[in-house]
Amino acid sequence: MWRDAVVVGGKDLRVEMHSRVTTTQVAPYAILVLLLFGFAFDQNHAILSQAAPGLFWMAVLLCSMLAVQRSFALEAADGARDGLRLSGLDPAGIFLGKAAAVALQLVILEVVLGLGIAVLFGTTFHNPALLVLSAAAATVGLASAGTLYGMVAAGLRVRETLLPLLILPVVAPVLLGATQAWMAALGLTTADGWRWLTLLVSFAAIYVTFGVLSFSVLVEEA
Amino acid sequence: MVMVRRMLEYRGTGDRVTRILGLVTLVLVAVTAWLGLVVSPPDKVQGQLVRLIYVHPAAATACYVGFGLCAFASLAYLWPRTRSRRWDRLAAASAEIGVVFCILTLVTGSIWGRPAWGVWWTWDARLTLTALLLAVFLGYLALRRTGGDPDSRAKRCAVVAVVCALLVPVDHEATTWWQTLHQGNTILRPNPLIHGWQLLTMLISFVTYGFLFAWLLVHRYRVEVLEDRFEDEGYEVAIAERRAEGGVVTIGPSPVLSESLSVSTQKAGQS
Repeated sequence: MWRDAVVVGGKDLRVEMHSRVTTTQVAPYAILVLLLFGFAFDQNHAILSQAAPGLFWMAVLLCSMLAVQRSFALEAADGARDGLRLSGLDPAGIFLGKAAAVALQLVILEVVLGLGIAVLFGTTFHNPALLVLSAAAATVGLASAGTLYGMVAAGLRVRETLLPLLILPVVAPVLLGATQAWMAALGLTTADGWRWLTLLVSFAAIYVTFGVLSFSVLVEEA
Repeated sequence: MVMVRRMLEYRGTGDRVTRILGLVTLVLVAVTAWLGLVVSPPDKVQGQLVRLIYVHPAAATACYVGFGLCAFASLAYLWPRTRSRRWDRLAAASAEIGVVFCILTLVTGSIWGRPAWGVWWTWDARLTLTALLLAVFLGYLALRRTGGDPDSRAKRCAVVAVVCALLVPVDHEATTWWQTLHQGNTILRPNPLIHGWQLLTMLISFVTYGFLFAWLLVHRYRVEVLEDRFEDEGYEVAIAERRAEGGVVTIGPSPVLSESLSVSTQKAGQS
């Protein structure tokens, strides 16, 4: 399973390195979203720095849609999905590989967006350990839930419109937990941020487990 | 009596048993309305607002049952030994009824919240999770409408239903796990918060909603059977029609489909 995950994840990342869609299209889109949030709040610095964690994770959420759609668009052309199905790779390995590739792209986007909120919204970081751990758990949760639903919608004619409807409500707990943990990590609230990390880790564990268990059914039917 | 006899003789999508189930449900709805609006006294604190507890908690419970049943049927479909289209139909029917009761829960809660809390909506854990529950099952219903091979669709939907239903216990326990504005358990506690006619009416409302749920489920399941049949035989019917236009004699579709098609053709001709 792990070897297959490395094969699939490596394949997706190599395709991404050649096409550079994440760096040339998704990352600029992420910065654009931050700029638009700034316009929407009329460049009110106090509101923007207070809302920075929520806006950051909202931007990550929107970018994760693009990353997941891109991940499964790779398999749509030239019967690549049939090739994947007939390759004999362990479906759980395919899930883990694709989720890991999406997660790595999200990490790059989070670094870009982190720099973006520091520069554009004047955010300062207080608790790096909580910040990094909650971001890691949230990223795993987003990538695994996104990959699971990406496979559910793969091959459907309406996948572009259906995917956000399926994913966004499901990952709402990640938005909530990550925003609250980051608010604590940025010193914007006195609430205990570590409690929210528990929610994020639980969410990630549930979706990774469910993805590993159910991906064989979805790969078979995609 | 004549009306009851006519209702029993009416030949719709139901049979005698389901018509009796429908009549019992109707009577129970009337009894609940009478108890809730006439017999049950106003509350000392909430006044007339208390009457919404004869609608809201039972609707929420029916919503949980609908989504829970959907998850159970989906698991049964995913399990190779029990895989059958019946489970898929049951999942579809129960999810749709769950969504109806979920909307009813949110609407009645909002109506209660306006005078009690001063707002139509507040970002409380229970309310937010219920809204999320509705959103994820609306996504599930959208997925069901994507068409394609029925077995493939059933498997995709079954996986999604199981994931969606994970929210049900979280939503139910929200008032225990988080400090919420929404009140906690009213009945299932050592000292129930309501007594007398209020308690009795509330318990009867649960029974009424149980019957209503069962009646709706039976009929929605039958519609699902007809939809499946239409999908399975629709292609055959289309080919038969094209051949008939060319004067080629073919094996006809099922009587139900033939009848429905001839009715629709007549209507189209009239219009």
